[in-house]
Amino acid sequence: MEKFTIHARAKATLSGKSANAITGVVASGNLEILFERKGDSLDVTVDVMTASHGYQPVWEAVIKDFVERVSPGGMHIAIHDNGARPDTVLLRLMQGARLMEAQS
Amino acid sequence: MIPENVMNEPSWYESSARARINGLLDADSFSEILGPVDRVMSPHLALFDLPPAFDDGMIIGRGSIDGRSVAVAAQEGQFMGGTFAEVSGAKLVGLLRAVARSAGTPQAVSTVFLLLDTGGVRLQEANAGEMAVSETIRAILDVRKAGVPVVALIGGRAGAFGGGGLVTACCSHIIISEQGRISVSGPEVIETNKGVEEFDSRDRALVWRVTGGRSRVLLGGADAYVKGDIASFRKSAAQVSNSVPSFSLQTLEQEQERLEQRLQAYGGCRDTPEIWTIAGLPTPDGIADLTEDEFIRLLAKEGIRHDAR
Amino acid sequence: MMPDNLISVLFPEGHSLSSGAENTLSGQARSGGKDVEVLGINNGAPLGPETAIILAGHVLEIIKSNSKAPIVFLINTASQRMTRRDEMLGLNEYLAHLAKSITLAGASGHRTISVLYGTAAAGAFIATALATQTMIAVDGAHPSVMDLPSIARVTKLPLDVLAEKAKETPVFAPGVEPLAATGAVTEIWKLSDGQCAERLSVLLADEPVSDIDTRDVLGASRGGRKVALEIAKRVEDAFLHISVSEKAG
Repeated sequence: MEKFTIHARAKATLSGKSANAITGVVASGNLEILFERKGDSLDVTVDVMTASHGYQPVWEAVIKDFVERVSPGGMHIAIHDNGARPDTVLLRLMQGARLMEAQS
Repeated sequence: MIPENVMNEPSWYESSARARINGLLDADSFSEILGPVDRVMSPHLALFDLPPAFDDGMIIGRGSIDGRSVAVAAQEGQFMGGTFAEVSGAKLVGLLRAVARSAGTPQAVSTVFLLLDTGGVRLQEANAGEMAVSETIRAILDVRKAGVPVVALIGGRAGAFGGGGLVTACCSHIIISEQGRISVSGPEVIETNKGVEEFDSRDRALVWRVTGGRSRVLLGGADAYVKGDIASFRKSAAQVSNSVPSFSLQTLEQEQERLEQRLQAYGGCRDTPEIWTIAGLPTPDGIADLTEDEFIRLLAKEGIRHDAR
Repeated sequence: MMPDNLISVLFPEGHSLSSGAENTLSGQARSGGKDVEVLGINNGAPLGPETAIILAGHVLEIIKSNSKAPIVFLINTASQRMTRRDEMLGLNEYLAHLAKSITLAGASGHRTISVLYGTAAAGAFIATALATQTMIAVDGAHPSVMDLPSIARVTKLPLDVLAEKAKETPVFAPGVEPLAATGAVTEIWKLSDGQCAERLSVLLADEPVSDIDTRDVLGASRGGRKVALEIAKRVEDAFLHISVSEKAG
């Protein structure tokens, strides 16, 4: 397992009322992502645990892309990855953000 | 084959455990116990350099179906094969014990639904997993003794294999789809141990004939057969009445007789068409080729009805 | 073949056990001045539908007799029998039926004890020894879920790496000690120490123990399952404290 944390700063906090949300499954080529709302800050933290070693730069690029698209300020994001491709990672991040933006 | 008319419905087989729970229960009625945020995870996978899951592949809680309070547990078959392990097992056992304890109190539930999707014991934590299966069986029987039915829903990718096959047969009532498979040793395990001439695990038609939902329900290994969409599972689950067999000497004596008769009648068969021929079914070689509606009609006419499990 | 040595060590006060079809044995014995029912599976035979249904039938007859006599199971099986025919016939139902029958005996006032003197693996282990209230391992006992070479195949780890890991944790290694650590095996006895008959009569003299499954308590105290008990309790507490908001009906 390789573990690292990526920090980012969003332009805005993520709207919505959900306190947390989970998306995806730790299957081969897939990942699960847990979103938790941690206050009104613009900070975004992403804890990554991955079975594929040596891809931290790729993760950083995907997270940067995601943060620019969604502005998920105040999110703590935890990832368990079992070899998902970058497009799958981005898809799951977007799904998670949508769940967090729900109004109830 | 999934028939066209259910293609557009969310499929049980294709869905995640969480999606199955959401489709089974009344909207927004599910309250999860020890959910992902609690991070109750396997302490053993790190030794094997495997990623854990926030829920260890076991999602438990309570909710309602048509307004009736129920308990539910779902295995995520895509994570480590939906296996019984120390944490996943303890979550299930704790839920079942709570149901038994709460019977007759305001906290009671009417039914327990087990959405099994499992290859059996997680070998990386084999001993803890084996114990989890044994404790689950005992806890299921305690729930049934307390008068609460335990219903298994089988139709996931991983099937109900190994200890999962035994757990299934300990439930009061079993709902299965064509894609559902129940067995102890999986075809691959038998092939590995006994050779390809004993069981060719790559012969998918054979695997389905031996372990699949249609054969199970025809022979009495399952009680209700549904099309493979989530809505059909929900409908069948909502119909389970409290008239399912209690856990008693009488029930087990009836089961003894039922299983003895099966062995006597079909013990010499090697493949299911031989069984269906002896049983006098109209199309013994074509059971797999029937459409879902045709099969359901056949089942209504020829299926084995019993009240002993 | 009957386990003659084991039987004479456990039941010096006498017995009338005989072997039956499909590698089974059955009969009565005396222990501590009490009548005891004895059932068994011999010869390390794989557990198939025939053996399971014979044993379950005996158990149900005993429950029906209303004697409340203790039942001692002498276990030397293998794994579940691995054939296409057995699986087709619903082996899972036969094994579950045996486990249910033994569990029902325990719940109906029969003290149930298994004495494991050979192998027992996977589904056969769950359906027999693990279904009793108390499991004793004696000389020759080798319980397992799966042997290490098979685990190596499934986990895709080299056997020597796996054997090395097995030393660090009892959680997956086969054998009496690792399984005792998880709470599966209650006590380990030595047949040659002259105390087995006495120990058995003491166990059988126990008032029908409250039929509560405390193997996770044992597993926690022995360190073989460090978290199972605590998690099960947390779930129970949470379940009993969720506010019930039933809609109509």
